[in-house]
Amino acid sequence: MEFFSHQTNYPFMATRKAWYGLSIVLMVVSLTLLFTRGLNFAIDFTGGVSAQASFPVAADLSAVRAQLAAAGFHDAVVEYIGSSRQIGVRLPPEPGLKVDELRARVDAALKAVNPGVSGLSLSVVGPQVGSQLETSAMWALAGTLALIFMYIAWRFHTWRLSLGAILAVVHDPILVLGFFAATQMSFNLNVVAAVLAVIGYSLNDTVVVFDRIRERFEGNRRLAPEVVLDQAINQTLSRTIMTKVVTSIVVVALLVLGGPVLRGFSAALLIGILAGTYSSIYISSSIALQCGLTAEHLFPTVRKTAADHLP
Amino acid sequence: MLEYARWKYILIAVLLAAAILFALPNVFGNAPALQLAHADHSPVTSAQADSVVAYLKAQRIPYQGFYVQNGRLLVRFSDVTDQLRAHDAIDTKYQDTYISALALMPLTPAWLRDLGLKPMPLGLDLQGGLNLLYQVDIKSAVSELLQTYSQDAGRALAEAGIPTDGISVVTTGGSAVPNTVRIVLAPKADVAAAQRALTRPLQGLTFTARSTSSGTVLEAVMPQSQLRLRENYAIEQSITTLRNRVNQLGVSEPIVQRQGNDRIDVQLPGIQNPAEAANLLGQVATLQFRLNDMENNPLEAQQTGNVPLGDQLFTDTSSGFPVLLKREVIATGDELTDATVGESTQGPAVNITLDSRAGENMLRTTKANVGKQMGVVLITKHSVTSVVNGKKIIRYVTKEKVINDATIQGVFSDRFQITGLTLGEAQDLAILLRSGSLPAPIAQVGEQIIGPSLGRQNIKWGITALVIGMLGVLAFMAIYYKVFGLVADLVLIANVVLLAALLSMMHASLSLPGIAGIILTVGIAVDANVLIYERVREELRKGVSPQAAIRAGFEKAFSAILDSNITTGIAGLVLWIFGTGAIRGFAVVLVLGIATSMFTSLMGSRALVTLMYGGRKKLVKLHI
Repeated sequence: MEFFSHQTNYPFMATRKAWYGLSIVLMVVSLTLLFTRGLNFAIDFTGGVSAQASFPVAADLSAVRAQLAAAGFHDAVVEYIGSSRQIGVRLPPEPGLKVDELRARVDAALKAVNPGVSGLSLSVVGPQVGSQLETSAMWALAGTLALIFMYIAWRFHTWRLSLGAILAVVHDPILVLGFFAATQMSFNLNVVAAVLAVIGYSLNDTVVVFDRIRERFEGNRRLAPEVVLDQAINQTLSRTIMTKVVTSIVVVALLVLGGPVLRGFSAALLIGILAGTYSSIYISSSIALQCGLTAEHLFPTVRKTAADHLP
Repeated sequence: MLEYARWKYILIAVLLAAAILFALPNVFGNAPALQLAHADHSPVTSAQADSVVAYLKAQRIPYQGFYVQNGRLLVRFSDVTDQLRAHDAIDTKYQDTYISALALMPLTPAWLRDLGLKPMPLGLDLQGGLNLLYQVDIKSAVSELLQTYSQDAGRALAEAGIPTDGISVVTTGGSAVPNTVRIVLAPKADVAAAQRALTRPLQGLTFTARSTSSGTVLEAVMPQSQLRLRENYAIEQSITTLRNRVNQLGVSEPIVQRQGNDRIDVQLPGIQNPAEAANLLGQVATLQFRLNDMENNPLEAQQTGNVPLGDQLFTDTSSGFPVLLKREVIATGDELTDATVGESTQGPAVNITLDSRAGENMLRTTKANVGKQMGVVLITKHSVTSVVNGKKIIRYVTKEKVINDATIQGVFSDRFQITGLTLGEAQDLAILLRSGSLPAPIAQVGEQIIGPSLGRQNIKWGITALVIGMLGVLAFMAIYYKVFGLVADLVLIANVVLLAALLSMMHASLSLPGIAGIILTVGIAVDANVLIYERVREELRKGVSPQAAIRAGFEKAFSAILDSNITTGIAGLVLWIFGTGAIRGFAVVLVLGIATSMFTSLMGSRALVTLMYGGRKKLVKLHI
């Protein structure tokens, strides 16, 4: 079975200006959403309380809210999770309250609604923990980008491809963040992990295309760079789509069956994989071309073929 | 003809066989269990185990099996209800004998257990438990060190006869923590002589001198590198201490690890009562042994409020009488090497062992003071959180109390007893002392309790997603790439087995994000196979012979697989290094998964394909 005609020949490079436009529009929309609506940060970042509990009978949400308000928690978000017997409670950070005190008060409020409440799960995060997390996440991101820039520049002998890869890689997480700002899905640490994995995936694709560019240039140094890049993308197209389809199968399974804890994580991955496919086809190579990529950049000296290092 | 070196086949076979063995313990699952351990670390004997089990039988609590491992008794139950009933029953009867903890007991067969093979421990999100986050007060750790420097400086100046107007520890140069000993010399003091006298006690600190109207001010600044060293020491020591205290709780598979700059993450699987755990972990306790002031009357000091110079007034908690102790400390809890519960003629006692230096000091003191009294001061610190101007302030309150005041009966050095305690007091004191003192106060800044039912739900979700996703991929590959798809399927399964084996060997705990990582690894492994097969198809289209197409497919796909996996691996490694908790768990799986997927798809897949097609002379068509 094959989905693709044997040799596609889409003129990707000729239409690159239009795709730049699309990318810019998407990024602007995402950034606008990020700055106007902002992300719905989970307690990992904001600090506060998040609790889940099981009721022996269907829980009365308004009674839970009333009891929590009576206990002094006025901005509690109370919702069903899974079934009407399972509830989730989120409370904003309350500076100055001790962790065990908070827990005791929430526990008492829920018990007041129904003494049979069981399986209480609870997280309390001090707000300052969040700010440190944000800083370390930024460092992780910057470090990742710098290392990848260097690796590609070293393997492919040119910063032009590095720049293309990095721009594509910045592009994808911004779209993912835009999605989270638009839907207001809870943005927690797992989503951060997903965003960083998206960076990895997007790169994976981009580098596969770069590898083909290197190979095409090697045999045809006289060909116009634009033609070579088109060939490289077309020849890897079936692989790009195939891999994404298969990866999407597992991510969709995770999204549908993985439970609420992993929902944000898998949604971020799915959006990221779609964005990554698009950016590795339309963005990364185009940017390198825009920077004046030619065969000479990739082959400054005669290099050994990779087959010499086969396992 | 395709060829593949024989040693590579052997390597693959051996690795796979080993991987299957190491991954095997994971397939048997877990059962709810109770873990019993002695508070003083002594191993549970089989006779004791039998009596516990007999007691459960008498209480009509059904159990599925039991065994003793690493000196701890594990009793397995068929469901959580029985487990909880047993927990209550055992706590009622054996409260003073055992520390009991809810645990998950792997159902690994005995022969695998005997080989030392264990399944991956489950993370808190998968089995329920308590997660505590502590913040270490680095500031006070550093300032304590500078305090000793300033005392040494004061002594040196006094010996050299140089008058001062005060010595203090201050923060200078925009440092985040105190970093300077400031000495204000009296107006007439000889500055050069003062500096000479201070060189030895303040070694390693940088001096600056400036003259003011009231005299010369000497400032000795501790270099950043040394401050950092002290901070790290404080955190590492706190981790060790917390780990000791956690072990006292009798939790199975606890995790105590540094998180970020000044935080410590404590994971206690199976613990559902946070108040009790937090209480024991958060206490900062240390001991001081001090001589009584026998010349002054403590009652008089208490009534008049005039405490003699060099003394401190306490109330003996056991007798209620006031006690005057000298400020000079003979030995501290830091110098204590062991504390166990023992028996004495006056009832329960705590047997104390000191290190050699403190032992010498004790010997010298007791020699000169037989017949006099010595007090034991227990110093505990608790964190108190309050709000000032909307900002959260964590304060540390120190409580000092004399827990024991007794006559020095004879000369002793590094081994002696503290008597006059009840059994309960002796047990608590021994635990607190043995678990060491914290070098700096710690405050709890985060807490997460995951109920056991949510854990079971999470693991069900994760495993279902893994199995369904995996089946979907296997079916898709088989349909799309036919025979080669089946090869890819075998390779994918081998990949998951290898990954599970690696994680089990590392004893890395499996959390929900870890399961997500395994699922993503499937995606990565698929990618490598797709790259190879698309390349083979491409070569076939060019009209190359099947066997040459296979060879070219593997060879040409290699650089793409290598480069793309390394870049993904870089992202994974950064996550591994910078990440904490869930993110780190995900990253570990991702990085290992990249490694196993490269191995299985490049070597495993090639070996299999060569085995199938390599020897055939008249191969005209590939099913791809």
